[in-house]
Amino acid sequence: MIEPNRKGEVWVFAEQEDQTLNEVSLELCGKARALADQLGVKMAAVLPGCNVRELSYRLIAHGADYVYYLHDPQLESYRTLPYARVLCRLISKHKPQIVIYGATAIGRDLAPRVASQMRAGLTADCTDLQIGDFDDTRSKTLHKNLLLQIRPAFGGNIIATIVNPDRWPQMATVREGVMAMKPGDPRRSGEIIEEKVEFDDFDLAVRLIERHREPRQVNLKGARTIVAGGGGVGSKENFRLIHELAGVIGGAVGASRAAVDSGYIGKEHQVGQTGTTVRPALYIACGISGAVQHRAGMEESAKIIAINTDREAPIFAVAHYGIVGDLNKVIPIMIKAIRARA
Amino acid sequence: MGYDCVVCIKQVPDTARITGEAMKEDGTVNRAALPAIFNPEDLNALEAALHVRDRHGGTVTAMTMGPLNACEVLRDCLFRGADRTIIINDRRAAASDTLATSYILSRAIRTLPRYDLVFCGRQAIDGDTAQVGPQLAEKLGIAQVTYFERFVELDGRTARVRRNVGNGWEVVEARLPLLLTVLGSANTPRPPSARRVMRYKRARTEPEVGKEVAEAMPKASEQKREEEWARRLEALKMNGLVMDQWDLDHVEADLQWCGWAGSPTKVHRVQSIVLTKEGYTEIPPTEEGVHQLIHELIVDRTLG
Ligand SMILES: Cc1cc2nc3c(=O)[nH]c(=O)nc-3n(C[C@H](O)[C@H](O)[C@H](O)COP(=O)(O)OP(=O)(O)OC[C@H]3O[C@@H](n4cnc5c(N)ncnc54)[C@H](O)[C@@H]3O)c2cc1C
Repeated sequence: MIEPNRKGEVWVFAEQEDQTLNEVSLELCGKARALADQLGVKMAAVLPGCNVRELSYRLIAHGADYVYYLHDPQLESYRTLPYARVLCRLISKHKPQIVIYGATAIGRDLAPRVASQMRAGLTADCTDLQIGDFDDTRSKTLHKNLLLQIRPAFGGNIIATIVNPDRWPQMATVREGVMAMKPGDPRRSGEIIEEKVEFDDFDLAVRLIERHREPRQVNLKGARTIVAGGGGVGSKENFRLIHELAGVIGGAVGASRAAVDSGYIGKEHQVGQTGTTVRPALYIACGISGAVQHRAGMEESAKIIAINTDREAPIFAVAHYGIVGDLNKVIPIMIKAIRARA
Repeated sequence: MGYDCVVCIKQVPDTARITGEAMKEDGTVNRAALPAIFNPEDLNALEAALHVRDRHGGTVTAMTMGPLNACEVLRDCLFRGADRTIIINDRRAAASDTLATSYILSRAIRTLPRYDLVFCGRQAIDGDTAQVGPQLAEKLGIAQVTYFERFVELDGRTARVRRNVGNGWEVVEARLPLLLTVLGSANTPRPPSARRVMRYKRARTEPEVGKEVAEAMPKASEQKREEEWARRLEALKMNGLVMDQWDLDHVEADLQWCGWAGSPTKVHRVQSIVLTKEGYTEIPPTEEGVHQLIHELIVDRTLG
């Protein structure tokens, strides 16, 4: 734990695998830049790896004033303990006020370990980050300019704002796609600061024996149109309708968590707070109620069509076109209509 | 030989059932209308632990922190094969965030004479945070392997574990003790065994027995109730049916790291989102309506 440090920097954990930056890190640099400007402090990225110095320039282009670069063969592939050691050492040394991580398989493994070691707070899967004040009525203290960590809360249409008033750094994870990627500026200047961290035997106790990566098969984030199915689709067999409609419009297939949990389709297709955030030109929500966690991941789509039997379903509140009806009837009509045009 | 395994369990509201009936007028959930269930991936964690014990010997201890109602999921653990259960139940633990929770669980685990493997579900469905597992490992000062799918090898003091990282998999090797967070895809949890249900359905913690006595003898004197309580407990003890209930003193937790005070994250505010129902064009679910819509989308170049 570090003391609140008003001059502290805003940090992003720069995640790379096989010497490629994860895009989420660049998205977060854009957000961190904006937060740092608002606070009047510097923004920095922490980049652990092996021979990845080159990646610093992209981080700088996306807003970093400093890149803390750690080169070490032990950091070549991600492992929890040496990476956590790096973060904790650098946090203790530089006392940043905010540290943001991508809510990826790596970020969700690393951030809680670091939070525990630093005895600092951590909020998972934030859908927005802002700066604001917190008036603590319990201790009668006004905390100015805290990181407001905003995420849907369990319990219906509610959004909670979480703060870490005194056990800093203030840390949060954010899913890929939540913060829109801003274009990088290759002319921006920034400084690469080389750091060194020593590891002990415990840090290196877990050995990576074998590692296998598959290219990403579902590209929801990049899709121009998405047809998404929810609990209302009713069965895995019936999900064929969603695939078919996506096929005829050349779109990707999305899903709600209810559809994923029911086994209609794989988790990679989930749209929402704990899935992917998308902004396609067209989003067709079929049999999706429109819970706040789902809306968080799709409401910025340019056009939304909702098909739902329940006129009161919250999805209609974010829709541009609403069809109150049975998806089993409406989707085949749609497929026919599109085929007739093509 | 054998491995002493601890499984951390959470009882959660069944988020998949937030349907119309469970919603209140203001768009929030009526929690009382939601059934409380065994967090799904914790069942996979339990299964992974039972599998180790059945194959190599050892013990399985299921542990939870929460209100007494959570004893339900612990009994379920007994029905499925756990050897022992512990609930950490203390008012002063209320309002704990993930960090305070993992601290308290770590205190409880350190109270055990020995442990080799700690299993947690990857995440709980009421928050999806996946934070308690890694934080607990750190508090225990042991290594973590998240996204566990299976043991490739478990041999003496070392384990080789296959983990699924979403866009691929890895095999890592680590020395015990070790904490694993288990994925839903890791295994198929065994159902409760009828024989064990018969044997353990009467298993209770001390305060549960107290509650039951109070309900059964509402008019009896304090002393009568105490006697009845002691009598029932004695009977349970003889049959090995007393489930452990611990408080923060028992686990020697430092209160500064527990509950509200021990939680660095605070809820600043909770806002309900007011949904405005206007603003969309209603399309009739007919051939004509849908054709018209598709036409519009093609004309404005959204499609094609
Ligand atoms: C921590 C947490 C994180 C979460 N993260 C996400 C997330 O990332 N993404 C996500 O989607 N959810 C998420 N959820 C779950 C979310 O709260 C909802 O439970 C989920 O989105 C509901 O999915 P659904 O609307 O498809 O299913 P349901 O709630 O079952 O709704 C089905 C809908 O289909 C309609 N319907 C039924 N039959 C038909 C028919 N024949 N034709 C047309 N319509 C029909 C019904 O009227 C209803 O509106 C999360 C929840 C929690 C607690």
